[in-house]
Amino acid sequence: MKSLPEITEKVRKNLIWKSIFRRDYRNSIRDRAQAVFGNVFLHLHPVQVRESAVKLRFTWGMGGITFFAFILLVITGVVLMFYYHPSIDQAYTDIKDLEFQVPFGVILRNLHRWGAHFMVIVVMIHMFRVFMTGSYKAPRQFNWGIGVFLLVLTFLLSFTGYLTPWDQLGFWAITVGTNMGAATPLLGYQGPFSEYLHITPYNDIRFALLGGAQVGGNALLRSYIWHCVAIPLISIILMFVHFWRVRKDGGISKPQK
Amino acid sequence: MNPFIEIITQPDNIAIVIMIIMVTFFTGWAFQQAFENDKLLAAGRPVDGENDKFVDTFKPLVRIELLIAIVVMVGLTIWSIAVDAPLEEIANPTITPNPAKAPWYFLGLQELLVYFDPWLAGVVLPSLIVVGLLAIPYIDINPKGNGYYTFAERKYAIIIFSFGFLVLWLLLIVIGVFFRGPGWLWYWPWQEWDHARVVFEPTRDLTSVIGIDSRSLPGFLIGAFVVGSYLAGGMIAPYRYWKKNNPELLSKLGMVRYITIMFLFITMMSIPIKMVLRLVFLIKYIWITPWFNV
Repeated sequence: MKSLPEITEKVRKNLIWKSIFRRDYRNSIRDRAQAVFGNVFLHLHPVQVRESAVKLRFTWGMGGITFFAFILLVITGVVLMFYYHPSIDQAYTDIKDLEFQVPFGVILRNLHRWGAHFMVIVVMIHMFRVFMTGSYKAPRQFNWGIGVFLLVLTFLLSFTGYLTPWDQLGFWAITVGTNMGAATPLLGYQGPFSEYLHITPYNDIRFALLGGAQVGGNALLRSYIWHCVAIPLISIILMFVHFWRVRKDGGISKPQK
Repeated sequence: MNPFIEIITQPDNIAIVIMIIMVTFFTGWAFQQAFENDKLLAAGRPVDGENDKFVDTFKPLVRIELLIAIVVMVGLTIWSIAVDAPLEEIANPTITPNPAKAPWYFLGLQELLVYFDPWLAGVVLPSLIVVGLLAIPYIDINPKGNGYYTFAERKYAIIIFSFGFLVLWLLLIVIGVFFRGPGWLWYWPWQEWDHARVVFEPTRDLTSVIGIDSRSLPGFLIGAFVVGSYLAGGMIAPYRYWKKNNPELLSKLGMVRYITIMFLFITMMSIPIKMVLRLVFLIKYIWITPWFNV
């Protein structure tokens, strides 16, 4: 019978283990640094951070929690896509199937729904924290702007997801929401000055959003594609910039007087 | 069941209750730290985080990230086990629910529809919110309060932002979720929703208060004058005040920044002003034009 340290030692000497982790970890300063920049996920971080970054009281962890919620929503969302057809004949029954047929379908949908509400809440609190610590000030002005776009995209992600179950709640929430588009000055058929551009319900901005004059099959397909592909892609690109700029602008903001 | 309990325990509204609790907690925490730092600043001592040492990312930071991820995951899992996401009847264009509500985070904007026409409430004001947020770092030239909580060093910025975020954005959302029933009428949480209820609330336009038809030419001119003087007065009055009392601030700001700040501020303040006009004086429009009404 071998002791635990012996087994650990043996595993660490193993060819497969070494191929994955590339080098030994002996908890030296060098190893701790290597653990960060030798790992594609951790190298988002610098090797060392200021104490405030590891204390909850300064950042509240809200930016990280938002990112975590996003990852959770991508994972649950991809799984949900396996069970879903974006057509008005099938969408609603697909959700019913999640409820009654798919193993753990209910909890999968619940996680996606509550995770989405949660992400909207924490991204707003993240913005509040950044404002309250004055962290948008130089040199972080540009990154605040990226953050504002990410906030808007978070709202749009949630909004486009509303229609997908094709139930009364989503249908009328999207109807109310896109009717606002019809009121756009110049570009919406109910908006001021639109008559000068010959705007009708069939060529205005609302028509472009819905793919029709009413919320129907085209609107469902459009919101599905915006929700599952287009907006996540744009968000991921902006997140790259956002995180990269956090590093380049000097990490978690520190008191500058 | 008590209507209040019924409303706050509706599955989607639980998120709003969680939001209220979280926002209250974090607002309190932010201001508590701000006041603590203000005391330190007054005593000439370093604020929280000023003498930070560096720590390794691996493991102190990675550890706390993992812990938070686990806590959030456990919390969301419990939430998802305890509460099922609702699924209403299949979409039916012929049956309009009353009230038809937008998603909860847009209910503040839907609430504005009571006070503004859709092109303002649904398009112009939301766009200006985004523009205003983007502009914040470039119009706030106060170099103090960068990287730490403080209230004393940036009173105006914090008061204006908190008013916009907590009152105009979040409070209006809470009103939209909990206090608006059929016909978008006001219901207290303990009142039953009554679909037959009709409130006859004769609203009028500003000029009809003094007996002039708001659709007549004099009405149009008076309306234009009132709106124009609100905009012009809002631009000129603070300028003259600062010119006299704080000319340094004005020259530091410069004309472009000054106009941007005042335009955004005037627009923001037009919301509570129109709310008061509508709710207290029953005035719907200030200015009627052939193209749009304000």
